[in-house]
Amino acid sequence: MTDTPLELIRNFSIIAHIDHGKSTLADRLIQACGGLTQREMQAQVLDNMDIERERGITIKAQTVRLNYKAEDGRTYVLNLMDTPGHVDFAYEVSRSLAACEGSLLVVDASQGVEAQTLANVYQAIDARHEIVPVLNKVDLPAADVEDTKNQIEEIVGIPADDAIGVSAKTGLNIEAVLDALVKRLPPPKGDVNAPLQALLVDSWYDTYLGVIILVRVKEGRIKKGMRIRMMFNGSTYNVEQVGVFTPHMREVESLGAGEMGFINAAIKTVADCHVGDTITDDKKPAAKALDGFKPSVPVVWCGLYPMDADDFEKLRESLGKLQLNDASFHYEAETSAALGFGFRCGFLGLLHLEIIQERLSREFDLNLIATAPSVVYHLFKNDGSAEDLHNPADMPDPSYIDRIEEPWIKASIMVPDEYLGAVLGLCTERRGQQIDLTYVGTRAMAIYRLPLNEVVFDFYDRLKSATRGYASFEYQMDGYEESDLVRISILVNQEPVDALAFVAHRSVAESRGRAICAKLKDLIPRQLFKIAIQAAIGSRVIARETIGALSKDVTAKCYGGDISRKRKLLDKQKEGKKRMRQFGKVEIPQSAFLAALKIDR
Amino acid sequence: MKATIQHTQQGIGLYIHWPFCLAKCPYCDFNSYVAEQIPQEAYAKALVQELQTTLAEIPKVPLTSIFFGGGTPSLMLPSTAQRLIDTATSLLPVSENLEITLEANPTSVENQKLKDFYHAGVNRASLGIQSLNPTALKALGREHSVGQAIEALTIAKKIFPRISFDLIYAREGQTIQEWEGELQEALALTHDHLSLYQLTIEPGTIFAKQYRQGKITLPDEELSTAMLTTTEMITNQYGLQAYEISNYAKPGAESRHNLTYWKYKDYIGIGPGAHGRVTLDQTLYATERHKNPVKWLEHVQQNGHALSVKEALTPAEKAQEMLLMGLRLIKGVQAQQFERRCGMALTDAVNMSMLSALVEENFLSWDQECLKTTPQGRLRLNAILEALLK
Repeated sequence: MTDTPLELIRNFSIIAHIDHGKSTLADRLIQACGGLTQREMQAQVLDNMDIERERGITIKAQTVRLNYKAEDGRTYVLNLMDTPGHVDFAYEVSRSLAACEGSLLVVDASQGVEAQTLANVYQAIDARHEIVPVLNKVDLPAADVEDTKNQIEEIVGIPADDAIGVSAKTGLNIEAVLDALVKRLPPPKGDVNAPLQALLVDSWYDTYLGVIILVRVKEGRIKKGMRIRMMFNGSTYNVEQVGVFTPHMREVESLGAGEMGFINAAIKTVADCHVGDTITDDKKPAAKALDGFKPSVPVVWCGLYPMDADDFEKLRESLGKLQLNDASFHYEAETSAALGFGFRCGFLGLLHLEIIQERLSREFDLNLIATAPSVVYHLFKNDGSAEDLHNPADMPDPSYIDRIEEPWIKASIMVPDEYLGAVLGLCTERRGQQIDLTYVGTRAMAIYRLPLNEVVFDFYDRLKSATRGYASFEYQMDGYEESDLVRISILVNQEPVDALAFVAHRSVAESRGRAICAKLKDLIPRQLFKIAIQAAIGSRVIARETIGALSKDVTAKCYGGDISRKRKLLDKQKEGKKRMRQFGKVEIPQSAFLAALKIDR
Repeated sequence: MKATIQHTQQGIGLYIHWPFCLAKCPYCDFNSYVAEQIPQEAYAKALVQELQTTLAEIPKVPLTSIFFGGGTPSLMLPSTAQRLIDTATSLLPVSENLEITLEANPTSVENQKLKDFYHAGVNRASLGIQSLNPTALKALGREHSVGQAIEALTIAKKIFPRISFDLIYAREGQTIQEWEGELQEALALTHDHLSLYQLTIEPGTIFAKQYRQGKITLPDEELSTAMLTTTEMITNQYGLQAYEISNYAKPGAESRHNLTYWKYKDYIGIGPGAHGRVTLDQTLYATERHKNPVKWLEHVQQNGHALSVKEALTPAEKAQEMLLMGLRLIKGVQAQQFERRCGMALTDAVNMSMLSALVEENFLSWDQECLKTTPQGRLRLNAILEALLK
């Protein structure tokens, strides 16, 4: 089993846009190779988590080893590496791709090429993959095979003459795909006798087995009982299990160069497993690690607070449990005057943030308040020191600051040309710099550099509504640049509401400050006293709104029988006051801040 | 010994609830039921029984007022009122100027009974006129006409030494000019007392449902505020002064019974759903009777009473209640009386920094002896109580 000659192995991944049929195609391939019986075929085998299946996004890398009897009569081992499918996980995608020699590029023939596909296919090209274009859904009336081929050649820049037309749904032409994998993809290289070099592709926490690591052996051999060493930090572990997914977990004695599978080495938490790390033999270590390792760094931060203060401990436990399986998100306790006790959390991107938030509410039944997302700024102080800033509330007084740098991204946006004007307008409004603009047929692709903080501020929502959902968006980090950034504080009756503070470019500070003040004016109920809402940079007020005092609130009729009822009503109101925050004489319901935070995104 | 003296000084009021009506009004959330045939004798007997049982258990303090409320108590037989008044006055000492009020609806049948109620001992009538505008009467679901209302007033004036009537204003679509006209018309008919309520939407009423569905709207805050202000001005011109948020009287003609509630003094509640505040052994109890008339009747027949709740009130609860009732009065709450009644100082019962903020805002006035609302504060009493009470 593990002694498969290299020339009989093919390692491949599937690149596709959400909904273009990646998971369905994977299911068909597994089925065609007899990996699962009909009864076991649950729709979309690879997407394990509910959220993955619902959103059609793969969060964790998965792998399946298939046995395929080809035309030449020989049985090949086809290792399918399913990659995470979102821009936030670009680095994870790159490591998954680094574990393979080729890719299937799946494009929905009725939809055409999307920006996200493009980003991943470029990564595959960078990983020197042999790429086989597959046109899916060719059985649909709306399919346009020729135009899609044309798009692949024009936009992606790879030949598409021999693209394979399939229908993953009906199983049409699946054999041709398997045949192409064998004939067109190169077999892996490597020397089973060299010192061990295995790429750590992903890891996750299994309740029964502990941490499971997905590996691709590049050189040498990994065996049960071997003492392995993580080359990033030198920690060592005993390999207790080695195996492959068929897609069921099946133990094997060892995995040799060119193969992929899993190991279980009694590792306590996934935080000890760094995606992209090199695993080697502790007794006979490799001279150097594999290229391309990068520790994961959160790029988007926000505060998460329980709606019910009593849930703080539950939130702490839940975050801990989630981190068992996802070392890429960070959390630390923080306190907010407006929202109480909570956590400052760091994510790989906005989608990652949403997924974690959704899992907290769904799997742990928590009601959460999230503050507006913030990016990580590089702050250089007058005294020569430097620090990373991801909580606007922590920003020092401008007089201490020498300069601030903000992160930029390079974004690709694909959109039907009727919406192009709106997209360009949005990018310009968000301080974007146009790099390139190309057309293929009636679709345009705009490449922009944008400050990330403009993207975390409701950019997706605006893009979606401006293009009726037809735009696709992809980005990669593109360095830091100095910028004229200010912290805008929101004050209620002269007291700052820490949870609403945000950092923005000076050019948009005033309009954003005004917008938040106006929103709060609508959200905060009138009270006995006037309420002043202000937005300020330092001590300079840039926007203000006043909520007038309540002019009448009195019960007309109140006699003997009503005393008990009115007292109980007052008691209830007092209970409600626990959810209020005091600002001078007035009390603001937490729900108003919550609503303000919701609209911001 | 001292406590007894205080009781003697304070006296006690008696509220008797008659739960039946001819029709349910769409704005009303009182404990009332429409019955085709009212079992008059069974209820009369039960009310007398419950009154006897209750009075046997309380100290013999002077009775200051009796109030027949409902429902529509003018639907009871005048002989029932007589039996109840006789029972109460025979079991308790009677204070000077015992006030006995009956709520009555101005339908022709009831109009004819007014004289009999007077002979039964009722000396004050409170008529549920509600409006002098025919369209409004219909919208409010009333069973009587404007003509019947005026007739009832005319008859009642000949019979009773004291008369009050109710009007509901700030109704849907009502303009301030319309209300001024209606109010002046009413004042010309007024004897010595008026209750003028702004229409409020109470949960569980027909209006509440219609309001939710957007079928009825109410005047906005600005208009209803203006209406309240103009009401106080016009009633003043006719010699009636506001002494509570919705009540207006010539000096000395204030409702003694209702003042008992607002001044947070003792009162007994008899009949379905009636509440009471009764001092026994220097402890103030809140009492409640079974709400459902059938259940109430069963309990009285079995146990001689239908008490469902009797709980001692803590100083904090008393303080809340005394303030939420007392601040409705124009004269406000006296610190000394407050401390005596609640067992805690007024200054300990309220949030003092909020008090000074409210005084500064000219919503409250406070001179260490008396806490009261200003006209501006009265308009916002609910919010003030919420902010002020600890």
